[in-house]
Amino acid sequence: MQLPDPERLLADITAQIAPRISANTALVGIHSGGVWLMKRILETLDNKPDTGTLDAAMYRDDYAQRGLKNQPKPADIGFEVEGKHIILIDDIFFTGRTTRAAMNEIFDYGRPCKIELAVLINRGGAELPIKPDITGADMPLDASHTLELSQNTQGKLQLKLLTA
Amino acid sequence: MYNPQLDQHKKLKHLLTIEGLPKAILQQILDTAETFIGINEREVKKVPLLRGKTVCNLFFENSTRTRTTFEIAAKRLSADVLNLNVSTSSQSKGETILDTVNNLIAMHADIFVVRHNQSGAAHFIAQHVPEHVSVINAGDGRHAHPTQGLLDVFTIRRYKPDMHNLRVAIVGDVLHSRVARSEIHALTTLGVPEVRVIAPKTLLPADVEKLGVQVFHDMQTGLKDVDVVMMLRLQNERMSGALLPSAQEYFNTYGLTPEKLALAKPDAIVMHPGPMNRGVEIDSRVADGAQSVILPQVTYGIAIRMAVMTLLAGGINT
Repeated sequence: MQLPDPERLLADITAQIAPRISANTALVGIHSGGVWLMKRILETLDNKPDTGTLDAAMYRDDYAQRGLKNQPKPADIGFEVEGKHIILIDDIFFTGRTTRAAMNEIFDYGRPCKIELAVLINRGGAELPIKPDITGADMPLDASHTLELSQNTQGKLQLKLLTA
Repeated sequence: MYNPQLDQHKKLKHLLTIEGLPKAILQQILDTAETFIGINEREVKKVPLLRGKTVCNLFFENSTRTRTTFEIAAKRLSADVLNLNVSTSSQSKGETILDTVNNLIAMHADIFVVRHNQSGAAHFIAQHVPEHVSVINAGDGRHAHPTQGLLDVFTIRRYKPDMHNLRVAIVGDVLHSRVARSEIHALTTLGVPEVRVIAPKTLLPADVEKLGVQVFHDMQTGLKDVDVVMMLRLQNERMSGALLPSAQEYFNTYGLTPEKLALAKPDAIVMHPGPMNRGVEIDSRVADGAQSVILPQVTYGIAIRMAVMTLLAGGINT
């Protein structure tokens, strides 16, 4: 299967995110891919918005079955969430459960006025009434596939498709 | 070798003692605790990891601090918490430990936190609980107090990250101290090259060298150039009688004063598991001084207990 170029998708979503940013906006990346994307997007912006990072692992609904990931990273939300417009950034959108967990975590810091979701790829398969507002590409995949974003030592993004 | 603390996938099932736990598991607990530090500093100090679980603090021996930190840790993980001071309830009416435990299991407790004055009590309970129930030893007799040992090494790692290059001294009543035993096992397992114990002969176990420590009987040589000074509590009942002449004499010889602390490295940290006897094992000027990390120990104790309960309740997916 021909995979899209993640660098091009990043440019696409950056172009969609930029006009939505106001003085009240914060970009929040979800570890790990979403944080890479958030940092790259930030580089292109002239007026730097507030930023934060999340690892929604502690808020997932499947914790009892699968436990924590090996090393959950501490969240870093250094701005006042109350009343903020937040753009959540993740790499691959699948079931929507990570997004739900991330939103729950954000609400533990305060009540944002609005949350939007930007993703590089929507692979289909949502299990919750949640969908991205900004998408680089739609790429429907069945559950036997795993799509992974990685970053090489030069910081260049790469996509990999694994089949079970 | 069979280790009752690990399940068939070598994951932590109970936490009874640090002795025999692999280094990887200790590091996993410390790394997980690191992620909870941030949560404890937030406005909403709660995550839903243990939602719907019931943690039962089963204290057959009094301890305010340990029980409170376990309670806070469980609540910050969204568990329901039950505190039982068994010394004042059914045991005094003649109920056996297992009857007490079985009653709580019938009420669907998921994690037991056990403190008992008999060595091996938590181990005994762990052998009799069903598969889905975990036991944490919160201090058993003179044997072990693993979460205290873990929070101590966690504190050291936060102030002195290079554990492979440290000299640590443990000072005081090692003989009666479950804290000292857990600290020694944690430090040696994590690769601290030099662990010293400093105490009078009457307050040291017979074969203490076999734990991999160097023995000193005086503070002057023992504290020389150490990076960490871990004081132990001298229990009131030991202060008079055969083991020690008097509390005052103990303070003169083994009490940590600014003068004695000056023998350690200038950036050495001072630790104490609490509760402190000021003027017996530690001088107030040291306890409240710039090198003291005694209160951070308490704060880190919550993160460590959250990490242990998290790993027991869900495990880590590797």
